[in-house]
Amino acid sequence: MSPLQLCLLLSSLLFCVGLVAAMARSNAILVLLGVELMLNAANINFIAFWRYGPNPEAGTGVLFVLFSIAVAAAEAAVGLALVIAVYRHQKTIRLASINRLKG
Amino acid sequence: MTLALILLSVLILGSAIVALSLRNLIHSALLLVACWAGIAAFYLWAGAEFVAFAQGLVYVGAISMVVLFAVLLTRQGTASEPLGFASWQRFILALVAGGGVAGILVGAVLGTPLTVTTPGPVPVLTVKQIGAQLMGPHVVALLVVGILLTVSLLGAVVLAAEENVKSPEDEV
Amino acid sequence: MHLPVSLVWLIPALPLLAAGIAALAPRSCRTLAAGAAIAAMIAAFVISCLALHTALADPGAKLVANFEWFDVGAGAMRLGWLLDPLTAFMCVMVTFVASLIFIFSTGYMKADANFKQFFCFLSLFAAAMLGILVANSLLLLFICWELVGLASYLLIGFWFHKPSAAAAAKKAFITTRIGDLGLLLGLLWLADSTGSLLFYDGGNGVLEVAALGSLASQVTVGGLAVSTAIGLLIFCGAVGKSGQFPLHVWLPDAMEGPTPVSALIHAATMVAAGVFLIARVYPLMSADLALPLVPLHALTVVAFIGAITALLGATIAVAQNDIKRVLAFSTVSQLGYMMLALGVGSWVAAIFHLLTHAFFKALLFLGAGSVIHAAHHEQDIRRLGGLRGRMRITFATFAIGMMALSGVPFLFSGFWSKEAILHAAHGWQVSHLPFGAALVAVVLTAFYMTRLVAETFFGTARTEETEHAHENSAVMTVPLILLAVGAVALGFLGTPAFPWLQARLLGEPEVHGHPLFESAGLMMLSIVLVAVGLGAGWAIYGRRPRVALDAVDPLAKAAPGVIAALGNRLGFDELYAATLGRLVTAGATVADFFDRYVWGGAVTMLARLGEFAGVVNRENDESAINGGFNVVSESFRDSGRAYSRAQSGEPQSYLRFIATGFVVLMLLVILGGGR
Repeated sequence: MSPLQLCLLLSSLLFCVGLVAAMARSNAILVLLGVELMLNAANINFIAFWRYGPNPEAGTGVLFVLFSIAVAAAEAAVGLALVIAVYRHQKTIRLASINRLKG
Repeated sequence: MTLALILLSVLILGSAIVALSLRNLIHSALLLVACWAGIAAFYLWAGAEFVAFAQGLVYVGAISMVVLFAVLLTRQGTASEPLGFASWQRFILALVAGGGVAGILVGAVLGTPLTVTTPGPVPVLTVKQIGAQLMGPHVVALLVVGILLTVSLLGAVVLAAEENVKSPEDEV
Repeated sequence: MHLPVSLVWLIPALPLLAAGIAALAPRSCRTLAAGAAIAAMIAAFVISCLALHTALADPGAKLVANFEWFDVGAGAMRLGWLLDPLTAFMCVMVTFVASLIFIFSTGYMKADANFKQFFCFLSLFAAAMLGILVANSLLLLFICWELVGLASYLLIGFWFHKPSAAAAAKKAFITTRIGDLGLLLGLLWLADSTGSLLFYDGGNGVLEVAALGSLASQVTVGGLAVSTAIGLLIFCGAVGKSGQFPLHVWLPDAMEGPTPVSALIHAATMVAAGVFLIARVYPLMSADLALPLVPLHALTVVAFIGAITALLGATIAVAQNDIKRVLAFSTVSQLGYMMLALGVGSWVAAIFHLLTHAFFKALLFLGAGSVIHAAHHEQDIRRLGGLRGRMRITFATFAIGMMALSGVPFLFSGFWSKEAILHAAHGWQVSHLPFGAALVAVVLTAFYMTRLVAETFFGTARTEETEHAHENSAVMTVPLILLAVGAVALGFLGTPAFPWLQARLLGEPEVHGHPLFESAGLMMLSIVLVAVGLGAGWAIYGRRPRVALDAVDPLAKAAPGVIAALGNRLGFDELYAATLGRLVTAGATVADFFDRYVWGGAVTMLARLGEFAGVVNRENDESAINGGFNVVSESFRDSGRAYSRAQSGEPQSYLRFIATGFVVLMLLVILGGGR
């Protein structure tokens, strides 16, 4: 098994851990953190392919990860602000109770 | 090399799983810090030092703090209610769906014949080169990210701000 | 130092600027508002003095500065400024009296919350009046005329939280509007028949020979000359503004405003405007005198209206008990004198009396304001009394004003100006009735002024507040003293022996050694009449001053019916309410009947028809069209309900669907052979 496959396995599993957390946990903060983990898994993929890909000198993977981290930071800030705002209105962050848009 | 990678993988995955399954939010936030630090170590291992530092600064330094604040601000009564049937049902369903995705992904990774099998030398990418890349071909993306960060900062402030703000005299 | 006529607009512009400053200043800037108003008024006074100096250099000339306002079709609407001795004397008088009233107001209104607005309105009032004085166009005059009306409305209703003040403001505005309508009609007629509204325009103005000749030679309805008809319409405006019979009813009610406003209205600004207007258009008013065959001269109407007003005002004033109302009716009466003088052909006598009257009436009103201020807003003379010792300056100045108004001989200005009017009325060829009425009014004036002073200042204090009244501060007494000096000194400008003012106004060299003793008999007669009035007043009210608060008036005891009717102001308000008010009510009832039954019936019938058509339509809709739609929409609703069950509102279930879908898709791809 090559290191690239190991890296891809790591990212796949990390992605699934995040996915399960996002699907299973009721706390909005933990759901957000699951999403963050999924983003991190994608980043790991980028680095792995940059490291073992055909043209590492261009540094495309590294740059992509940098932008991705910036976007993740923005997403975390807005997401947590949303959580706080929702908490102020609903006095809860349990996702099961926040269903006012239900059809 | 591979051993180090396996150890790192175990650390990352283990802390992530434990973090997302704990019921105490503070503990899970702290464990996630460990997970993110492990990912930073993985970047170091892969030779992307600059990304590793960015990961450390942004995730370990900043986002973890924001998460901790959010946890503290939204803390409900310490008595956590027992897990109900709905929780378990949701958990089982999530496990099934997540397991399916994991099986597909792992199968795809293992079943794909990847062309690069011989690991070459660690590519050297200096900070200077990254800077030249950012200010050269990717300058538009850099600017857009700058705007995005500004907008999200303002948005976060507006969203989290108290809505019926009282006039300054009243707060004194 | 001379003032070029093109700068005459500065006189009204400065108070207008002060009004603007006061309007924009924050509410708390009391000193700024009052300071700006007083400074602007004093500056306008200085400029007016320069203008007087300029005008007197050549009294016969009419200095004009005309300019284009805007183009109307072929021609242009032109306005202009005018400077002649009449304008200049009036400007000096108005700015001087207004300055003193402004200064007095800073003391009188000290405690008022709307101090700032008060000075804003006062400045606007004075600016509008000065605009009337310097206008060389009937249109510009009319604009300022209406501004005066607006400012008077704001000031009379200044204490608008009092219902009576709000009603008085409305009454003043509406009553003067009735007269203004006549003025507007006259203005339009004049513009139509001469093509210009400028007074003097190098031979083309409406007050110059060419236009007057053509106006007087045309004949309109009833054999009247056009100039007569236009003059009478313009006179309507003057009747409204100057409180002449039968539109005098607003003037006494205008007492609801703060006392400085009353002083301003009665002395300098509002009521003087009507007299000034007639004096300004005097060439037009008198154009028909040259035509002996016309059935009616405009000035004859003016003279009779003036005489009736003089007698009426003086009679009603005898029975009033409110200190300000007595003064108000005396103003009505004095304005009647001025109109009489205008009507009998001596407009200089009218302006002379207007100038002297401005001083002593401002003095009397400010004196009354001083009394009211000291006595905690007590205005009923039956409840005052005995103020002579406690308010020495006010008493002394008020007495000077009273003697000037009564026409006490030789020393006081009112005597000389009233004498000029009586002399002119005596010489009028048409009728001697106005002269007789004026003589009776002289006696009554002396009588009611004596009564007013005796009740207010003599005897003993009859209420607690009056007991504690004391003299006001210098801001209020100094204007009184200055006005008192003017009330005495001004008379010597126009004595028969040295008619300086008259000669300047007429633009003729003065006749020295005017036959002083030619009219000596008449003068003796009026002195005797004044003495009778004063003596009777003193005998009835002064010798045995009122002691008890509710003691019956000695006159009322003698003739209760007459005094009650007079106290009720001869029922003019009731008369108007009973006639005009009834008329309006009847008209409204008829209109209401038409609305309710004729138009209303037609509308209701149409509505019923529409309703019926609607019912038919609805039946059709519900049975035929709706049925089909209902089936279709029911099916839509059912499918929607089914889909909406998937919309659970739980994001995690959506995520689960996505993950499952991904797995299914990938399995399909893998098992399907990667196609």
